Amino acid sequence: MNEYITLSLILFTIGSVGVLVRRNAIVVFMCIELMLNATNLAFVSFSRQNGNLDGQVAAFFVMVVAAAEVVVGLSIIVSIYRARRSASVDEASLLKS
Amino acid sequence: MIATFSSATDLPPISAPDIEYSLLAPVFIIAGVAVLGVIVEAFWPRSSRFLVQAGLAVVGIVAAFADTIWVFTDLDKLDGSRLARGQVAAEGALAVDGPGVFAWGILLIFGFLSMLLFAERRLEGGLSGFTGRAADAPGSASEAEAIKHRVEHTEVFPLALFALVGMMLFATSNDLLTMFVALEVLSLPLYLLCGLARRRRLMSQEAALKYFLLGAFSSVFFLYGIALTYGYAGSFRLSDIDVAVTNRTGGENMLLAATALMAVGLLFKIGAVPFHTWTPDVYQGAPTPVTAFMAAGTKAAAFLALLRVFFVAFGGSSWDWRPIIVAVAIITMFLGAVVSISQTDVKRMLAYSSIAHAGFLLVGFVGAYAGAKDSSRITSTSSILFYLTVYGVSSIGAFAVVTLVRDSGGETTHLSKWAGLGKTSPVLAGSFALFMLSFAGIPLTGGFIGKWTVFSAAWSGGFWWLVVIGVLVSALAAYFYVRVIVLMFFTEPVGEGPTVAVPSVLTTTVLAVAVIATLGLGIIPGPLLDLAQHAGAFVR
Repeated sequence: MNEYITLSLILFTIGSVGVLVRRNAIVVFMCIELMLNATNLAFVSFSRQNGNLDGQVAAFFVMVVAAAEVVVGLSIIVSIYRARRSASVDEASLLKS
Repeated sequence: MIATFSSATDLPPISAPDIEYSLLAPVFIIAGVAVLGVIVEAFWPRSSRFLVQAGLAVVGIVAAFADTIWVFTDLDKLDGSRLARGQVAAEGALAVDGPGVFAWGILLIFGFLSMLLFAERRLEGGLSGFTGRAADAPGSASEAEAIKHRVEHTEVFPLALFALVGMMLFATSNDLLTMFVALEVLSLPLYLLCGLARRRRLMSQEAALKYFLLGAFSSVFFLYGIALTYGYAGSFRLSDIDVAVTNRTGGENMLLAATALMAVGLLFKIGAVPFHTWTPDVYQGAPTPVTAFMAAGTKAAAFLALLRVFFVAFGGSSWDWRPIIVAVAIITMFLGAVVSISQTDVKRMLAYSSIAHAGFLLVGFVGAYAGAKDSSRITSTSSILFYLTVYGVSSIGAFAVVTLVRDSGGETTHLSKWAGLGKTSPVLAGSFALFMLSFAGIPLTGGFIGKWTVFSAAWSGGFWWLVVIGVLVSALAAYFYVRVIVLMFFTEPVGEGPTVAVPSVLTTTVLAVAVIATLGLGIIPGPLLDLAQHAGAFVR
């Protein structure tokens, strides 16, 4: 059981490092999706450990929410790309103090 | 235990859930009106769609508010060591209790005022403040065509209502899964709304991108915290988690990690340091009516969720999380107050001011004073409810003023352009000055009573030294607010100066309500304080 949790933690860490170091908004977003999937793995593993189905149900909810998030996120990234011809998060820097 | 689920025939039968429709009606009304708005979007002719959508949103909110009052007066009183009202509803997913229903009320008021700002069309020559067609690239030929044909995005009303539903659910969710879904339901429409400004579209899209990426990042942390909590307690229900935490059934490290990760997600939403960096950028880039809605609504909903998670679920481990929250509160107040001094943009300055207010609210929160049976001293929950009301109404008023100070390029938000505003339009500058004084916490404004209540709750909770720090930081912050007032009234305008647009009755109503509420809650705070105190504790 601990192996699955460890794997989930590793995936979560890879995802969060990716968010911090990658510069393309699409890749950053994919890293966030990776973190969501790591969370799903944790939910399912804990569900088996706890012996109830709540965690598995939660995994379904997370998938639906992730799908909704993809719709919103890609629409924002695409509109940025159309305006700037670039999806780099570094070039979006008009807002500064 | 695991073998229980080995074959499908062993599963217990699924019984139909029991939903208390009459208790949850305010949420259902707003959700229903939002769905109706989507249908109107598909079938109603474009020429009159804007008015229909705006009218529908306003009528829906008013109906939900009336029902909220009815639900609040009808809540069951619970016997216990302290006052609590309400019940757990929808199979344990929602807690319809005093603080939750009070939060519904203030969220609906914020929603109502924001919808009036959304519907304002006089400032842009008969068009709303939202872009005509978000799919067009800024400056492109198709954008010019959209402007020529006076296209408008009327989806903003259903989107805002969906966000409002999310906020209402977030404030009353009684299990962590519902809380996560509510968090996303409130966030996703706001991400989109942020990118829809008519003017300065590149900045608006950038704000949407930043808010989206950082918001999604923080909500994943929140979700992992939920997963670890579930692993620790074996349930999503806040009361079950409370039992597990109090009995210390699992590993200490897992509980600490779970608490920390959930705190990251919630502190991000309220804009506390060190998770505040999105706030100024998003507040500045988003269309001003959306900023107003976000500043007031998100903060209120997220604070209720924060209180519920930490008081109900993690109340038994308060010695673990209190020191961290105390540190966060101190740096949040301090950084918000100091950095706002160096801002040159009105919207950024209001954003840093909102960060400082999150810090003051956190002071009331760490006090964690739950009250005693026969004591009239204000509890942490009640003080935060009162503060959120005052802060939300004043900040919507302040952002309404921002929408009116304009030049040829739209709103002129640079502070230097605001010099001498008091001479050209004393009423507008006077009301902005009033909101500034309320933010600073000067007596006879609602902000003073709000600060007094949160500090008093923290004092009752034994954090007198934190109150001393809070008062000192308030004095520091007052310097900045007074500087803005001096700029508006005692400085000569530079060059042409800004033009002040004449608003329609909508924005005028918002300003009037905000001014009356800010002054009224400062002079006669009694009724609302009673109401907040009457809301009692969270039910479990």
